[in-house]
Amino acid sequence: MSKILKIALVGNPNTGKTSLFNQLTGLNQKVGNYPGITVDKKQGVCHLSDSVKAIITDLPGTYSINSTSADEDIVYNTLVDESNPDFPDVVVVVAEVENLKRNLFLFTQIKDLGIPTVLVINMADQMSRKGITINVSGLETDLDTKVLLVSARKKTGIASLKQVLLHYKDLNNKSLADISQRIDGHFFKRIKEALPQFSIYKSWLLITQKETNTFISPEEQKVISFFREKPDKIKKFQHKEAIFRYQVINEILKKNYTVDRKSGTDLRGRLDRILTHKIFGYVFFALILMIIFQSVFSWASIPMEWIDQSFSQLASYVQQQLPAGKFTDLIVEGVIPGIGGVLIFVPQIAILFLFVALLEETGYMSRVVFLMDKIMRKYGMSGKSVIPLVSGTACAIPAIMSSRNIESWRERLITILVVPFTTCSARIPVYAILISLIIPDKHYLGVFNLQGLTLLALYALGFVAAISSAYLLNKVLKIKSKSFFVIELPNYKIPSPKNIGITVLEKTKAFVLGAGRIILAISIVLWFLASNGGTDYTQAEQIVKKEYANTTLTPSELQTKIASYRIAHSYIGKIGKSIEPAIRPLGYDWKVGIALISSFAAREVFVGTLATIYSVEDSGNNTATIKERMQNEVDSVTGQKRFSFATGMSLLMFYAFAMQCMGTLATVKRETNSWKWPVLQLLGMGSLAYMVALITFQLLK
Amino acid sequence: MSIADLQVGERGIISDIALDKIPLKLLEMGCLPGKEVELIQKAPLKDPLYIRVNGSHLAIRVETASQIAISKL
Repeated sequence: MSKILKIALVGNPNTGKTSLFNQLTGLNQKVGNYPGITVDKKQGVCHLSDSVKAIITDLPGTYSINSTSADEDIVYNTLVDESNPDFPDVVVVVAEVENLKRNLFLFTQIKDLGIPTVLVINMADQMSRKGITINVSGLETDLDTKVLLVSARKKTGIASLKQVLLHYKDLNNKSLADISQRIDGHFFKRIKEALPQFSIYKSWLLITQKETNTFISPEEQKVISFFREKPDKIKKFQHKEAIFRYQVINEILKKNYTVDRKSGTDLRGRLDRILTHKIFGYVFFALILMIIFQSVFSWASIPMEWIDQSFSQLASYVQQQLPAGKFTDLIVEGVIPGIGGVLIFVPQIAILFLFVALLEETGYMSRVVFLMDKIMRKYGMSGKSVIPLVSGTACAIPAIMSSRNIESWRERLITILVVPFTTCSARIPVYAILISLIIPDKHYLGVFNLQGLTLLALYALGFVAAISSAYLLNKVLKIKSKSFFVIELPNYKIPSPKNIGITVLEKTKAFVLGAGRIILAISIVLWFLASNGGTDYTQAEQIVKKEYANTTLTPSELQTKIASYRIAHSYIGKIGKSIEPAIRPLGYDWKVGIALISSFAAREVFVGTLATIYSVEDSGNNTATIKERMQNEVDSVTGQKRFSFATGMSLLMFYAFAMQCMGTLATVKRETNSWKWPVLQLLGMGSLAYMVALITFQLLK
Repeated sequence: MSIADLQVGERGIISDIALDKIPLKLLEMGCLPGKEVELIQKAPLKDPLYIRVNGSHLAIRVETASQIAISKL
């Protein structure tokens, strides 16, 4: 008989919890729907034996079950709500050998919930080097469960852990630190009487957690709010609880844990003195940023060009192979460019994810937070906002999610609101093609390429826009919230290639599957709208032939005329024409208008849309690249090149400021739990974009 | 005096904590009365502070640090 076991991995941040997860599940893991639910809900399958499979959930790192951030809510919701689909049969608390005391705090809480709980002491290979001795059997007696010494990196102890998990029914679920007697016997007795259906610790958690618990009945909710009436008392009791738990832990560790601390200069101290130095610290951080951006451009451009070429070749190959018709058109003009439009971002996104993962794994990221906090606070943000702002250069969606560890709601909200200004990789193809059309490919002083400098300037513009709007929001927003900033500065670590590899792979996969679906769907819809229309559309041939009855045209000239007529009278042409009056002052015609509209789904669609429109129009020639087609495009009114310097600059400004990404809007809605903020973003950034683009075009034309 | 008054390298024993101004998280990380705390470093703009307490290395802001009373060692 095979039963699927549910296991949850819980632990402090920086305990190597994810390494253990990777060891247990290998590549057998999946990240929760993206851009759907949470990116953090990582699950994987582990074969404990030939017949027993387990689903392992890697919960976000936390110091306590009392949640102070959106990330930690996930831990609370999973472990306290027994009806949660991920509610585990057994919990593995991952602790780290050096800071066992603090790790055990979380362990005692989970044990008290009455779930069978195993303690894994990770990084056990470093025990002798750090002079640590642990009496494992003593710990097992005192903690009343199985304790395992594991090194996820050296792959030791994993097999014994699997054995313990296989026999999880032998573990008891007794609580360890009974809070009901030690804090206020009378008060806890009343709780017990009022809520006999819950364990005392669960009731206590339900009382102390601020948000409404959806998984309990309204009556229970009423009883709970009764106990919440004196918040000062609750707070004092939580304080007492923390002291009590540490008493229990100290008692246990005194018997079973000894450290022979060798004095001497440690690596951490020496590195910290350099990396958080008032001058070298910032110089080093600036250097890291430069290396990141440099690599994103120089390394990524080669595979990107290759992807672009391959898809254009694939399209023409498929067209030759398949019989002509609607279906072939859909594949060649809709699906293939659509998929190509997604895959072209993979190199850049993967490289950015690689660097972010490296910075996190080494422990350097929290030093950056430490360095930047005071500066960021001037703009109403936190040092922790640096991570979202840097990740925002890859994609705003994971960046906004990574703001979850910011404790202050106000600082987090400002971060979420300004992140979409940073130049995400979806803007790069738009920038790249426009720059190549309007900026000459000249070099100055031998090294500075004018096109490259323009791109750099656009990046700077994105950061300036983010910082200045944060400054403004900081002045305007009336929200007050306490800033309880705490961050751990972990030991420096050499990153594990396996962890980094899996992180990059998973995040990139999630992007392709999630955001990619939207982009592909839009490409197909666009193709449909561009190749269908009313009676004008279906009778295009007759109408054009009639119109040119008196002029002699070569067959190919006639075909072009018909195709242009068709696109102008297709559904999408009608939409584009209806907004043309609004965008004429910015220097755009209805075709660019179509691209703008479709960009509101995702920016990168701009290039693909123009490609689709021009290739439908120019159906005889599928091998021309997008750039060639754009270069040949002529304004139907003025007869000048469509993408002149003024129009190009105006478009660049529009794309720099506008909020054109449905995925991001949906993420902001979910993270702020209100439509107010995404709508504010959409309108605010949209009108800013319109104004700047208008001014740019009017000045340059 | 409070943690915010320490000089880099100095240590103290936590004597009292302004409960309503301190995140519970800090208490749960072991920043409790009776524990030794050391100021390891100040950020370049004097804020936040990099401290060691209960075996953890943490950064907290000056406004939080000033709510944790200590007696200097």
